[in-house]
Amino acid sequence: MYKEICVKYAPNKDNLIHILHEIQDTHPQHYISADAVKEISEYLKLPENHIYGVLTFYSMYSTTPRGKNIIRLCESPPCYIKGSYNILRKLKTLLGVGVGETTKDGVFTLELCACLGVCGNAPVMMINDDVYGDLSEEKVEDIIEKIRGRN
Amino acid sequence: MKYYRSHVLIGINETSLAAGVESFIKALRAELSKTGLSDEINLLETGPLGFFGKGICLTVYPENVNYENLKEADIPELVQEHFLKGRPVARLMLDSAGKFSPKFNYKSRIVLRNSGIIDPESIDDYIGTGGYEAWEKALTKMQPKDIIEEVKESGLRGRGGAGFPAGVKWSFTAPLEAKQKYVVVNADEGEPGTFKDRLIMEGDPHQLLEGLMICARAIGATKAYIYIRGEYKLCIMRLQKAIDDCRSYGIIGENIFESGFDLDIQIKIGAGAYVCGEETAMIESLEGNRGHPRWKPPFPGVKGLWQAPTVVNNVETLANVPFIIIKGAQEYKKFGTPQCTGTKVYTILGDVAYPGLCEVDMGTTLRTIINEYAGGMKKGFKFKAALVGGAAGMFLSEKLLDVKMDLASLDQYSAVLGSGAILVMNEHQSIVDMLWSILRFFRHESCGKCSPCKTGTQQLYLLISKIKKGEGTMEDVELMQNIAEAMQQTSFCALGQSPIMAIRSAIENFRDEFIAITQK
Repeated sequence: MYKEICVKYAPNKDNLIHILHEIQDTHPQHYISADAVKEISEYLKLPENHIYGVLTFYSMYSTTPRGKNIIRLCESPPCYIKGSYNILRKLKTLLGVGVGETTKDGVFTLELCACLGVCGNAPVMMINDDVYGDLSEEKVEDIIEKIRGRN
Repeated sequence: MKYYRSHVLIGINETSLAAGVESFIKALRAELSKTGLSDEINLLETGPLGFFGKGICLTVYPENVNYENLKEADIPELVQEHFLKGRPVARLMLDSAGKFSPKFNYKSRIVLRNSGIIDPESIDDYIGTGGYEAWEKALTKMQPKDIIEEVKESGLRGRGGAGFPAGVKWSFTAPLEAKQKYVVVNADEGEPGTFKDRLIMEGDPHQLLEGLMICARAIGATKAYIYIRGEYKLCIMRLQKAIDDCRSYGIIGENIFESGFDLDIQIKIGAGAYVCGEETAMIESLEGNRGHPRWKPPFPGVKGLWQAPTVVNNVETLANVPFIIIKGAQEYKKFGTPQCTGTKVYTILGDVAYPGLCEVDMGTTLRTIINEYAGGMKKGFKFKAALVGGAAGMFLSEKLLDVKMDLASLDQYSAVLGSGAILVMNEHQSIVDMLWSILRFFRHESCGKCSPCKTGTQQLYLLISKIKKGEGTMEDVELMQNIAEAMQQTSFCALGQSPIMAIRSAIENFRDEFIAITQK
C-alpha cells in the first residue's frame, strides 16, 4: 500500500523526506510504521537504518501511532513568555493526557514543538495543518470542543 | 480601468484562515452587492498587512483605517457605517481611539514593496508592478560578471544572520567549472520570534523567485531549490503556484526568453529541525539525510549539494536583488548606512502597543522602530529589554536603545542583528525565565553531532533550571558563561556557538537579577 505513494517520486534518496511526509500525512494514525520503512527501503534501495536515522532526527515524524488530530503547541520563547504553559496545563486537563500521549478515543495527540513562525499571534498551536493563534484557556476549550464534535 | 472610491485590503494568512476569512469574504461580497457598493469598493485579498491583529484584519484606503478580529456578524454594521456613510466603526478598530495607524513606509521599502498591496497569488499583479523586468534585464542585457559586480557594488549583505556580502559569495562560485551548479534558498526559518521570511514569501512570492533567478544566472546554475519549513503550509502553496505560473509564462524552463539559459526551480520541504537553517545541514537534509552540519571548508560555494558548487542564500537577501538590478547599486546604496546598505525587515513582538512587521533603513535605532512602527510600549508597561535576533540573538537593555541597528554599528557593542526578530519585554518579565526558555530550546535543537554542543546545551539547561528555581549560586552563573564560551570556541557549527550571546548579554546587562535570584 505504501508503494503507491513511493512511485509518485523518482527513486532517489533526496525524495526520502517527501515520501515520509506523504506516508505519514495519509496514514490515519499519522505515523510511519515498520512496514512502511521496509517498503521505502526497497523502493529507494536504502538500508532501513538510514531511513530510521532520518525518521527519528526530524521532529515532525513519528514511529508510533498517533491520534487523528495532532496538537502541536509552541513552547519557544515568544510563546512561552505569552503563557504557553497555561495553555499546556489547560490542554492536559481537557484531554486527560500528557505530552506525547494520545487520548483513549484516538482523537487527539498532544505534542510540544519549536517555533511555528506565527509569533505575532502568540501563544500559538497547530492542529494538523491549521494554525490557532492568540490562544486563551477559553479559546482552547472551544477549539477542542469543536473538533471533538466533528469526530 | 475601473475607478474605486475605496480599497479594502484583507490579509490572508494562517491566523485569518483559521478565523474563517474565506467565508467572511464571501459574506462581505454579498453584503456589498446587496447594498449596491460592489462597483465603488474594491476588495483585495492580499498578504501581510503590516500589523499582527487578531483573527480577520482589514485595512481600508484611502483613510488608512485598520480593523481587527472581525466576525461575520460585524459585516452589516461595517458596510452601513463605514463603507456607505464613511464613519469608521471605532469598536472594531485596531486602535479604537484612532490615534495609531501602522506606519507603512512604502516609499522606502524594497523587499516589502508589494506586500499587502498586490494579490500574492497573481503573477499578473506582480508583473503589473514591474515584476520580472530585472530578470529580463539580467538575462538578455547583462553578463553574469556584470550582475555580480552590481550586487557587490550595492553592498548587499546576507540577511540570514551572519551578514556575509552576497556578491562576494556569488563571485566564489561563478568562475568554477562544473557540470551542474545549484542555488538553494534558505527558507527554513526556525529562529524563535523570526518569521519575516514567511511574511515575505506569503506577501510577494514572485519577488523571491525573481531574485533567485538572477542569482542562478549570475553563477551559472540551472537548478534551484527552495528549502522551506514543513510547517509553512501557506507559503509552500503560494510559492508552488508562483513557480507553476512562471513555468507556464515561460519565465523559467528551457531557453528562457531565447537566451539559451535553462532554469528549473523546485520546492523541498523540511521536517522540523532548527539546525537545518545552517547551510551545510540544509544541504545534507536536501540530499535525504539527517540534518548534520558538514565540515567547512570546503564551503558550499565550492562543494555543496551532491558535491557541486552551490550558493545558499536567505529569502530576504534574494528578495533585495531585483531592485539592485533594475535600479542599480547606486540607488540601492541610498538606503541604509555607508557600511551597511539597504533596508532590513523586522518583526516586532511582545509588549509593544502594536506588534507588527516593518521594513526600515539599516541603521534605524531600536527606539525609532519601537516607537514609530509599533506604537511604543503597550499601555501601562515599561520597557525592560529587547531580545534581538531570536534565541541566537541577545538581550539589549535600555541604554542600547539608541544604537544604530546595522551589522557594523552593533558589532561595536558585540551585539548582533541576527535574523530581524525583536521581542520586547516589560519590567515584570524575568530575564532568567526567558533565558531558561532559550536554553531549553537549544537543548532540544542540538543535533547531537559534536560533543561540545550535545553535552553543553544539556548542562546549560540544568544550570539555568537550578538558577530559575532559586537553588543556584553566582558560581553557577559564571559556570554557565564559561561553558557557553567553551562551546563557542569548540562547537562544530553555529548552533553550539550561539548560546553564549544570550547568556553573556543577560548576565552583563541584568546582573542584578541573577544576584537577586541566587540569594533567595
